[in-house]
Amino acid sequence: MAFNRKDLLGIRELQAEEILTILDTAETFKEVSARTIKKVPSLRGRTVINLFFESSTRTRTSFEIAAKRLSADAINISASTSSISKGESLIDTARNLEAMAPDAIVIRHPSAGVPHQLAKLVSASIINGGDGAHEHPTQAILDAFTIREHKGRIAGLQVAIIGDILHSRVARSNVHLLTKMGAHVRVAGPRTLIPPFYETIVGDSEGSLTVSEDIEGALAGADVVMMLRIQRERMTDAFFPSLKEYSIHYGLTLKRLELAASDCIVMHPGPVNRGVEISSEVVDSSRSLILDQVTNGVAARMAILFLMVGREG
Amino acid sequence: MKVIIKGGRVIDPSRGVDGGADILIEDGKIVSVEEGLEAGGSEVFDASGLVVTPGFIDLHVHLREPGEEYKETIASGAQAAAAGGFTSVCAMPNTKPVNDNASVTRFIIDKAREASFARVFPVGAITRESKGEELAEMGEMKEAGAIAVSDDGHPVMDGQVMRHALEYARDHGLVVIDHCQDLHLSAGGVMNEGAYSTLLGLKGMNPIAEESHVARDIMLAKLTGARVHIAHISTEGSVRLVREARGQGIRVTCEVTPHHFALTDESVTGFDTNTKMNPPLRSAADREALIEAMRDGTIDAIATDHAPHHLDEKMLEYDRAPFGVVGLETALGVALTALYHSGRVELKRIVEMLTAAPARAFSLPFGTLSPGAPADITVFDPDREWTVEPRRFKSRSRNTPFNGWKLRGAVAATWVGGRKVFQADQP
Amino acid sequence: MDFKLKSTVMNSAGISRALSRLASQIVERNKGTEDLLLIGIRRRGVPLSERIADKIEQLEGQRPPTGQLDITLYRDDLSTVGPRPVVNRTEIPQDVTDSTIVLVDDVLYTGRTVRAALDELIDFGRPRRVELAVLIDRGHRELPIQADYVGKNVETTEAEIVKVMLRDYDEEEQVIVVEQG
Repeated sequence: MAFNRKDLLGIRELQAEEILTILDTAETFKEVSARTIKKVPSLRGRTVINLFFESSTRTRTSFEIAAKRLSADAINISASTSSISKGESLIDTARNLEAMAPDAIVIRHPSAGVPHQLAKLVSASIINGGDGAHEHPTQAILDAFTIREHKGRIAGLQVAIIGDILHSRVARSNVHLLTKMGAHVRVAGPRTLIPPFYETIVGDSEGSLTVSEDIEGALAGADVVMMLRIQRERMTDAFFPSLKEYSIHYGLTLKRLELAASDCIVMHPGPVNRGVEISSEVVDSSRSLILDQVTNGVAARMAILFLMVGREG
Repeated sequence: MKVIIKGGRVIDPSRGVDGGADILIEDGKIVSVEEGLEAGGSEVFDASGLVVTPGFIDLHVHLREPGEEYKETIASGAQAAAAGGFTSVCAMPNTKPVNDNASVTRFIIDKAREASFARVFPVGAITRESKGEELAEMGEMKEAGAIAVSDDGHPVMDGQVMRHALEYARDHGLVVIDHCQDLHLSAGGVMNEGAYSTLLGLKGMNPIAEESHVARDIMLAKLTGARVHIAHISTEGSVRLVREARGQGIRVTCEVTPHHFALTDESVTGFDTNTKMNPPLRSAADREALIEAMRDGTIDAIATDHAPHHLDEKMLEYDRAPFGVVGLETALGVALTALYHSGRVELKRIVEMLTAAPARAFSLPFGTLSPGAPADITVFDPDREWTVEPRRFKSRSRNTPFNGWKLRGAVAATWVGGRKVFQADQP
Repeated sequence: MDFKLKSTVMNSAGISRALSRLASQIVERNKGTEDLLLIGIRRRGVPLSERIADKIEQLEGQRPPTGQLDITLYRDDLSTVGPRPVVNRTEIPQDVTDSTIVLVDDVLYTGRTVRAALDELIDFGRPRRVELAVLIDRGHRELPIQADYVGKNVETTEAEIVKVMLRDYDEEEQVIVVEQG
């Protein structure tokens, strides 16, 4: 199935076949990334703007490398949130970007929905690089790619996603993607960090979603364990008493990991808070695929840029 | 000067009238409402095929003047009201400066008189600058023409202040309108808390933030004997509380907005900031409960909560955009489309919620076609189809969630005090 | 889309004979199979390169290594090829530096595919020499490129299409010229 979308705003809108096309294309680009000359000319002369309203060295660099390996010109704009509080409206932002005639705009923004709003205002392809607590589709694609690479499949796997579900766009995008592809997802964390009706966010799909506060139940027999970062800067409300208490009750330790399947893999979108949501021993263990995720991020984003920008002129 | 509105279906719930009749207007007053009146030299308005009702009364609008005239002025708002069939509107006090003293109240009344479209009734603030601390000069504002008090948008959080406000307002015969919201429970929320807020990753406001304050206000109304009016009621739980309170004889009234009975939080999925208002669009179950409460009379009035915002302000990130939508010019079309043509609420009941019931709630001498009453009259075509085009609004602002909607039911003409203030273009 | 058959250029036996001839010319010119690497251009160049390698093995007793090249990422017409192209894997079995590479494709036409293949190949290293073997040369070059080994030259008009059908992908095995009808 061909992938024919102007924008990649979220995983929720995608069909399973489209996800499969992206994953298959990413495999090709993983091979390209293994070459001595890791660059192909497919997007020569195209312009990709990385518009980041939140600092994120990892995701921005990943998109930048992806664009450059496709020979596109990558331009990074780091707009601090202080400049938007000066009152530039989204319309002005959009008009300014259009004037630079980019082919694609990767946008990360602390407010949910900004990519959707911009997509209606500009002709360039909009790629959501993470919007508020909403979606982070490219992270979900690279996570799925990593899972498939190690497990050979996604359908039928038991995947535990653990931690701050409330603020996590990574969790939301992964839940959409994995259930669409037929996995069984168990989401777990303290009740204060799980939004209401979370079990309803997936539509009809091959897979399933369960939600609980029982970390150990979620870990039991899991093929894949994804730990979510505790974002200290977002912990302004009284979600839990202390980081120490959080790590004791909800952190992933080698001992807790014994509950999972013997061949289970451990993932984390980074950056890791060692000793908070995940212990150092687990991060450094052979189960951990955290660095594979980073490597695969480039291939996944190359595939996405290629499929979106390399379509019709 | 005499005018006859001929051949229409007259619906006047204040007197239980529903049937064919002509209306004779003279010197700004209604002279008679009978079948087969002779024209005898009067100007004739042909209302055949149309519905003739008392002028609509909107208990809840924001006219933005003084202070934010780029969004709306009293004149543009009153003209938008006339175009929407409203002959009386109650203007909320959250202007700049806040209408918390008689001089601002008088300013609004003077401006409205100059504009001479719909009548404008100022609502004064409950507390100084609507800060929720010291009581505003309610007595002075009442004398200057205020008909009610409210800290709309900045609900009084302090229970003791609210208690004193109710006691004092009662002494001065003022209705207290409350925007019910526990600001702590709803802190940071930008939409209804529910399945859609979770899906969209937007911070929700739990219905309990509204319901806990409705419950508080009902208890304080019972304690003080004051008249409490719940603004823009939006949840199933709030409706149940009001229904129970009325069953116990507590003096509490309430209103609902067209967007709350026509839309649900599902509309937020496109991140259009014109779906952002406070209280937020609620769940489908809440919407059903609101419609049921309109049918059984728990809800008194349809009020628009007309809240103009400039495009530049509204076109922001969803969580940074201001709350509020305009509503005066779409209210009738939305009400008839969502309630009447869908077979949910009878036309007579809808007219009552736009006329007699709000008049009763605020003790206004309008909302009736009784001979001798001021000739505030609205004529509408219940079946005319039209498409909402915000650029055609008389309002200065365009922030409607109904952009592009096909509505059925349109205002044909509006009279205030016998003077025609709006007539629709011929279709 | 309907196609009108204009002529049959080769049948199955003809294809086999042409490939045998290409195989012997390749070993003739290169004096054996040392440092030889056959690389098929996707899609139909790939089975053709495998078959040539088989025939070289029959002649020389040694099978040259083969690889495959997907030139999608190097095309100069990405924006005009329609809906998102499917990208397949490129597999080069060994370091190309200092080897003699024979690129294999089914039809040589404008030369743009070969141009893309050369660009891609050079990103893998510095071959000592690159040659080109094609089953059919139908003319109408748009770039200064020519084949070292040609199975058959076929005169065509630009409106005609040369279809190489191989059992690996198609029901029959033959080369035909058709016109859009």
